[in-house]
Amino acid sequence: MNQAAPLDTAAGETVAEGTVAGETTTGRHRRLSRRVAHPAPEALPFDLAELITDPSTRIVVCCGAGGVGKTTTSAALALAAAAAGRTVVVLTIDPARRLAQSLGLGELDNEPRRVDVPGAEGELHAMMLDMKRTFDDVVVAHSTPERAEQVFANPFYQALSSSFAGTQEYMAMEKLGQLRAGGQWDLIVVDTPPSRSALDFLDAPNRMSRFLDGTMIRLLTAPARAGGRAGFKVASAGFLFFSRIISKILGGQLLRDISAFVAALDTMFGGFRERATATYELLRRPGTWFVVVATPEPDALREASYFVDRLSAEQMPLAGLVLNRTHPPATTALTATRADGAAEEVLEAGGEGAELAAGALRVHAERMTVAAREQRLADRFTSAHPQVAVRTVPAAAGDVHDLDGLRGMADALTGPDDDTPTGVPRRRILPARRR
Amino acid sequence: MWRDARGCGRPGCRTAHRLLYVSPDPVPVRCHVVTGKGGTGKTTVAAALALALAADGGQVLLVETEGRQGIAQLFDTPPLPYEERRVAVARGGGEVKALAIDVEEALLEYLEMFYNLRRAGRALRRMGAVDFATTIAPGLRDVLLTGKIKEAVTRRSDGRPVYDAVVVDAPPTGRITRFLNVTGEVAGLAGSGPIKTQSDSVMAVFRSPQTAVHVVTLLEDMPVQETADAIAELSAVGLPLGSVIVNMATEPVLPEEALTRAVEGRLTGAELAPALAAAHVHDGTALADALAAEAVEHARRWAAQDELRDEVEALGRPTVELPLLPGPIDLGAIFELAGRLEDHVRARVAA
Repeated sequence: MNQAAPLDTAAGETVAEGTVAGETTTGRHRRLSRRVAHPAPEALPFDLAELITDPSTRIVVCCGAGGVGKTTTSAALALAAAAAGRTVVVLTIDPARRLAQSLGLGELDNEPRRVDVPGAEGELHAMMLDMKRTFDDVVVAHSTPERAEQVFANPFYQALSSSFAGTQEYMAMEKLGQLRAGGQWDLIVVDTPPSRSALDFLDAPNRMSRFLDGTMIRLLTAPARAGGRAGFKVASAGFLFFSRIISKILGGQLLRDISAFVAALDTMFGGFRERATATYELLRRPGTWFVVVATPEPDALREASYFVDRLSAEQMPLAGLVLNRTHPPATTALTATRADGAAEEVLEAGGEGAELAAGALRVHAERMTVAAREQRLADRFTSAHPQVAVRTVPAAAGDVHDLDGLRGMADALTGPDDDTPTGVPRRRILPARRR
Repeated sequence: MWRDARGCGRPGCRTAHRLLYVSPDPVPVRCHVVTGKGGTGKTTVAAALALALAADGGQVLLVETEGRQGIAQLFDTPPLPYEERRVAVARGGGEVKALAIDVEEALLEYLEMFYNLRRAGRALRRMGAVDFATTIAPGLRDVLLTGKIKEAVTRRSDGRPVYDAVVVDAPPTGRITRFLNVTGEVAGLAGSGPIKTQSDSVMAVFRSPQTAVHVVTLLEDMPVQETADAIAELSAVGLPLGSVIVNMATEPVLPEEALTRAVEGRLTGAELAPALAAAHVHDGTALADALAAEAVEHARRWAAQDELRDEVEALGRPTVELPLLPGPIDLGAIFELAGRLEDHVRARVAA
């Protein structure tokens, strides 16, 4: 490691880690680095402040893989919109307990509650989805009290409403439809259920409504329904065989429960599909925007990629990508390699505070390595999706579990793109490479 | 870091563990189920654990249950078919095979095994019946997945088990109890019949001491909370618990005395400046201030995590920590994490 030249700490004057620039550059080095420097993809800035304050924005759906911070992002966006004077409700699915408490979501009553936000011009309301109760409400809305009682008592309904894969997504959609129909909200921010796949949110409701009014279930439960009905002649040999196998696998009791459930719900089936379709269409209407949330990890970004492709295939409006929990360094004047070298030099020089300074340099070296990896992943995403605007949100030192924490996150989400201490725009983690 | 191995804090304690390893437990754990909240690095930890168990000649099967091909990506291999494929070799002739369970294929296998119905099964698949059956009864899916796991754990050849260990990259904490407690789930669906019989035999393996459920967590509120919830749920239904694996822990880089001061924000650029200047790395205050700011953030992150260590300890499970690696998670990184898990695995066998 050669003696470091005096550093220029101005932003934009440095290169991402892994290149040789910044060292004493010989002509050969210069040629080399020119050859390896690919034109780095440049993400578009993501103006979330404009998105959430624009009166025509009525629904913002935050989606992404599990564990990326969708709930906190939703809550922070809702808080920012309320601070800017809008009447906002945030529908959360499964908030962390302390965050829920700070939003006043101690009790589950499946209705929005006002959150006291000192100094806000608008209003923030928050609610936590109770999927069973939402499902019960749908049943009540579509049938008579006696029939509803029958449905509630059915073991298959009990399993369906509390554990069926996709029920949570379906009910989140349903609740969104209800909130939108109520008409009292300037803006609804929706957090999506914690599934491994972000696509589940879009797929589950349709899958479920297809299932509930599907031909298969009707055929399968035909014996129970055919009773008083003339002309119900489906039973081809193939189908009898099929239903025999199914009943062999699943057991007779389950099929009897399903039959009873279908019989009780008979009138509701059309309603189910209609509602699911209507809400799905709502997501395509002007005024709805999707915000995809990811962390700078391969899995999370892969999910984000799938989701972006899917939205464009469905012609649903994507607002941009929130890259959550990034680790931008406080200075980009020193690459990881040079910081590690400098740490050794400091220790060699010795003297008071040498160990501490070396430690700080090592902290910086790690930070630069992490930031470089994150930037590389972000670049890869942008190469594949150059049209997607990006906003990075630095990781907080601890958990975000109160209004102050949410405010900090809201600032990072909605602040101007280029107003950062290091001058690195908020669409990036490290400065773009010099060309 | 090795709380488990150094648990008692006495010098020589570790040696004692190693001695014990010579005469291992009569029923060693052979089925390692790895769960954790989404985003905690379950798949990575499961892969590292498989490698750790394969070290010194072990034959290990790593099983994927969620059909995401995460293992193939981690080991940089093409997507895994529904068959056991070698993905890594460990020292001493040990190897890790991987299997991505395909639910449809597993159902066909099941139909063939119990009803001799393989061809009929294919016809059913064409009718969409397989998809239908697994959708209508989510429990069926779990029965098929766990049934396959049980088969791999109990498979024998020439009078000895084919696999020394089976590591399962299992569903997340929110679903793990339902996933493993197959009898409970099936009871709600089918009170009797072939599925019930099948699930009882699966349950016998999962409830036995040869199974251990490990929970991966981060030192953050929500993952620790979910870990506590999962542990409570799992023990309520009598499933054997293994270790808590703390993943992506920040390891302190600053000297201990400075760490405390940095947490309180009492670390300034001015303190760093003289040493930086003496080694000619520094030209002014801007760099020193930035380094100080990063050191403070590092210390606070460590402190925020450290606060949760007590909560993790209060869970009363053997605990092992894996560090946050700054570089990408590639095969080299998994081997590095595996190295960290090896001691823990040995100590567990010995305990």
